[in-house]
Amino acid sequence: MRYSALKILKEGLTGNKGWKPVWREPDPKPEYDVIIVGGGGHGLSTAYYLAKEFRGKNIAVLEKGWLGSGNIGRNTTIIRSNYLLEGNQPFYELSLKLWEGLEQDFNYNAMVSQRGILNLIHSDPQRDAFVRRGNAMRLSGADAEIFGREEIQKMCPFLDYENARFPIQGAIWQPRGGTVRHDAVAWGYARGADALGVDIIQNCEVTGFQIENGVCKGVETSKGAIRAKKVAVCVAGSSSRVMEKAGMRLPIESHVLQAFVTEGLKPVIPGVITFGAGHFYVSQSDKGGLVFGGDIDGYNTYAQRGNLPVVEDVCEGGMAIMPMIGRARLLRMWGGIMDMSMDGSPFIDKTHIDGLYFNGGWCYGGFKATPASGYCYAHLLATDTPHKTAEAYRLDRFRRGAPIDEKGQGAQPNLH
Amino acid sequence: MIIPHPLLGPRDAAEFVYKGDASLINRPDGMTASDDEMHDYAYLRDNPAGEHRELWYHEQGDRSWLVVTRNTMTHDITYVELARDVARASGRSR
Repeated sequence: MRYSALKILKEGLTGNKGWKPVWREPDPKPEYDVIIVGGGGHGLSTAYYLAKEFRGKNIAVLEKGWLGSGNIGRNTTIIRSNYLLEGNQPFYELSLKLWEGLEQDFNYNAMVSQRGILNLIHSDPQRDAFVRRGNAMRLSGADAEIFGREEIQKMCPFLDYENARFPIQGAIWQPRGGTVRHDAVAWGYARGADALGVDIIQNCEVTGFQIENGVCKGVETSKGAIRAKKVAVCVAGSSSRVMEKAGMRLPIESHVLQAFVTEGLKPVIPGVITFGAGHFYVSQSDKGGLVFGGDIDGYNTYAQRGNLPVVEDVCEGGMAIMPMIGRARLLRMWGGIMDMSMDGSPFIDKTHIDGLYFNGGWCYGGFKATPASGYCYAHLLATDTPHKTAEAYRLDRFRRGAPIDEKGQGAQPNLH
Repeated sequence: MIIPHPLLGPRDAAEFVYKGDASLINRPDGMTASDDEMHDYAYLRDNPAGEHRELWYHEQGDRSWLVVTRNTMTHDITYVELARDVARASGRSR
């Protein structure tokens, strides 16, 4: 069933009785060509692009809980392609281009809103760094402009420009950045994949891998054993727990990132604003709530909740740069579990076990990567070679001395 | 989180800096270790869901390193010891 304005009109006039569930709930078959472990944003987009762009057949997505129950539903919905390094920026620009055509591509309203993203500058050295970053972005085909204080004042009169510690001197502006309705991304990819014949199997936990003579032949699940020619793990947040079942240790620690939303307000914030110096970023959802966050808590955890010192730190950052936020009442706060990698960058790679593939390590930047992550993972699964924008995301990059460390922090996951 | 410091009693976790898995105490000898041993030490982690022994540094306090046994599912802290004592018990001189 295709969605269209005509269809909505027709259903509206006939009592909305013609709508059908948008994906099937099949029982698992005994064998598949490809099993994707993890029915979140990345797993579903992998299934969608594998079926659509790479003509994959006989594909299943296994999800432990319900569809989209992990980080695709716990993020702050921001999309952007404003990275510096060669290994990252072309990949994130591919992702942003896929976001731009996504709704037409999978015929679903994901509310992609390119309202722009503003990264504030507070000093001359920071301006130099951001000019360099902007040039790297433009070299990859992305858009970036350096703003002076006057241009920001027109756009965001409510910021504290004379903050004693971090006066605002300018910003880097990416107009094509913005926000997307996060749950609709999961639903849209699921609907698209299902229509192409992908079996999406919910409440089906992978409990082990069938590894015979160094080759992965399938998975053990809570719904029985399922054989597969290729098994593609895509469970960021739980990567270490799942890959441990295949005997692998990963260059990843699990950390919690907290996010916050206020009560609904009239439109006050034009785009996404990041105050990196104060560990704070904010945007406004289409429902009107101010969605904001800051740093990770900084210790290993799988609990989807954080602690109060970070809440205080984030709110202090908000009050420092945007004092009016103090008048808004907080509605909800939550935490999501991040795969924090040793260099702050992700992995899309084969493992040393034939037939077993790994996608993870997205740190706190997985949402914006959803389309490109799925596209490049599907490319790897279909052709057994990495997509050209994801060639650097290899598991052996530390051994080769080739980390992709945007912040230059070294192998200390909680500093990325 | 409150960390019961063995010398100073209960202290707010915000006074500490987090380092990571306590196995980082056991650094291989750089002159004799293989590339694989150094790589695994520097980059790979067990990252368990459940009980985790980890290093915390009391930067805003007495600057001691602690080995804290904490559950990563519940944040419950069950045991705290001085990292110095852990290192000495494993045969290190300091």
